[in-house]
Amino acid sequence: MKGVARNPNLVESEAVMTAKSQTKSKSAKASKTGAELRDFYERMSLVRAFELRASEMYARAKIGGYCHLNLGEEATVVGLTAALEDRDYLYTTYRDHGYAIMRGIEPSAVMAELFGKSTGAVGGWGGSMHMFDMSKRMLGGYGIVGGQIPPATGAALAISYRSEAGPKSEAVMCLLGDATTNIGAFHESLNLAGLWNLPIVYVIVNNRLGMGTTVEGASAEPDLYKRGSSYRIDGNRVDGDDPIAVRDAAQSALKKAREERRPVLLELMSYRLKGHSVVDPARYRSKEDTDEAKRNDPVPAFREKLIADGVLTEKDAVMIDDNADRIVTEAVEFANDSPDPAVSELFDKVYASPVANASTRLPAEPAVMLS
Amino acid sequence: MTDSTPEPRVITYRQALNETLRAELERDEDVFLIGEEIGIFQGSYKITAGLIEDFGPKRVIDTPISEEGFVGAAIGAAMLGLRPVVEIMTLNFSLIAIDQIVNHAAKMHAMFGGQVKVPMVIRFPGGGGQQLAASHSQNLEVWYAHIPGLKVLAPSTPAEAKSMLTAAIRDDDPVIFLENLALYNMKGEVPAGEQVAEIGKAAVVKAGTDLTIVSYSRGMVTALEVADEFEQQGVSVEVVDLRSLRPLDRETICASVRKTSRAVVFEDDMLSYGIGAEISATISEGAFDYLDAPVRRVAAAEVPLPYSKPLETAAMPHAADLSRVVRETLDATQFTK
Repeated sequence: MKGVARNPNLVESEAVMTAKSQTKSKSAKASKTGAELRDFYERMSLVRAFELRASEMYARAKIGGYCHLNLGEEATVVGLTAALEDRDYLYTTYRDHGYAIMRGIEPSAVMAELFGKSTGAVGGWGGSMHMFDMSKRMLGGYGIVGGQIPPATGAALAISYRSEAGPKSEAVMCLLGDATTNIGAFHESLNLAGLWNLPIVYVIVNNRLGMGTTVEGASAEPDLYKRGSSYRIDGNRVDGDDPIAVRDAAQSALKKAREERRPVLLELMSYRLKGHSVVDPARYRSKEDTDEAKRNDPVPAFREKLIADGVLTEKDAVMIDDNADRIVTEAVEFANDSPDPAVSELFDKVYASPVANASTRLPAEPAVMLS
Repeated sequence: MTDSTPEPRVITYRQALNETLRAELERDEDVFLIGEEIGIFQGSYKITAGLIEDFGPKRVIDTPISEEGFVGAAIGAAMLGLRPVVEIMTLNFSLIAIDQIVNHAAKMHAMFGGQVKVPMVIRFPGGGGQQLAASHSQNLEVWYAHIPGLKVLAPSTPAEAKSMLTAAIRDDDPVIFLENLALYNMKGEVPAGEQVAEIGKAAVVKAGTDLTIVSYSRGMVTALEVADEFEQQGVSVEVVDLRSLRPLDRETICASVRKTSRAVVFEDDMLSYGIGAEISATISEGAFDYLDAPVRRVAAAEVPLPYSKPLETAAMPHAADLSRVVRETLDATQFTK
């Protein structure tokens, strides 16, 4: 595990929650069954396999547009989604494939969406950045940096509009990247959530780089979890490479959101293994930097830990990885074999309710019947 | 009329909006109002007067000055099935929320594969002429009218304010609801009982045979005034109220011009790339063979609107401007009554 997350050299203000220590002791105290740890590894392995294959399919031009991967962030993906109840709502960034799968969208539907097919998660309308499934309460990947934060806050407003606080309450989890803490939408949303006591957990996945810009180069307060203190929102920094620590911290934050109707800000210290997107060679990163990223890679680290702890054998781990690979291979076959969306349906989704005079004109057609 | 069939009343545009908001709040628990100063302050233009007293702060939510935040929050609430009616103090401030309106509200239904609806209304007044200077005097409705996924309504009378706001609140898509500072005190007859307009339809509000004036929102007041002036001179002017800027009812416009052979568009906005440009292009496609003269546009001068009253007046289009262009269009075709 890497230095940043472990570094105890944090100056935490009075307003900042120090649930980190609570989280750690809870994490150590609670005995994890082998089955649960194994399940966590299976999930991390699946996200890893999916993203590696997505990268390959992008290189083979099966996937268009932008393609941002969760490589290196598998522990945050698995830990966060494990903390959510089915009734909770999740809003994510454009780095959303792993979250979509962990929230219950079939890997085949996610891959088919990347391929732009009619069987994709959103029927080929959104692509990599816009995975969505209302029934799974996966309320979207969002391509505009920070764009998801006000709507996520509004979803929490709708929960508080309709229901009382309590352990059975719904809650919202809203992901954002480290660089997003500099945009106005972040600050306006946290202010509203603090002011209106909304049941929402904002999660900063701090992978230390906003495209090529470091956190220190972008944020006057690089301890990002402290940025909630202006809005009296408790903040907490967590090791994003430890899926159990992530899950426990998220559960504790969600409990506060449900039962006290107080927003929480979590900062998960993570690291991108690769470039910002598939096409980014990340030349702005030093060799030391990428070596460190590889050393801290959470997937092999977690696998080795489970083997060392006797939870998995080497053979188990290989079987799990092979199974993940098989699922992803099937997803690719499904995506490949699926039909494109029909051009005859081009105008079907512009409006939710039919409306007079809505345009159904193709490029070479006139706006009205020619006289 | 019997007691059970209440007669229409003459009320202001403001009152029509206020009564409609009240009626929809009463009808549907999922409807709530959200915006700056709409509760305790009673609304910057008093459209929401008295509503917080009767519906409480849960249904009439005062917000901080945070347009991107509260417009976006309304989008999220709408995604979960509530029906927010957002008030933005003026059109000018909607630009602060434009990412949420254009990149999010307008896109979500399509981009998420038709799985989510965003049933919300964003109301704001536009328009200049109040000596508020350039940043507070704009008509940028065409920016929103450009965007598929949005519906853009612009009522020009108290009766339309009622029927169109009712339709907007009950619609399952994001609706931009354009009001105008100069219309709030305008009085008109409003039918009693529930009135729900059909979105996407223009209306021929005055029939005529010699020339068509196309306008919307406040421009309609001027359009009708000038039409009456020409009527008295024996010229039969037809007036088309666009009512819906998106979708645009192109067929109603073209049908009118096919009948009259002459068209003038009157708009408060600047000319370049404006509503008038769209209408002119529509007519050239749909009624070219019927035209006796070029389509003319009466629109604002292309300057940031000044504070000085004489300068502001010079920059904005008025009845005399429309009257002159109607006359020029008639003369260009040797029109005689």
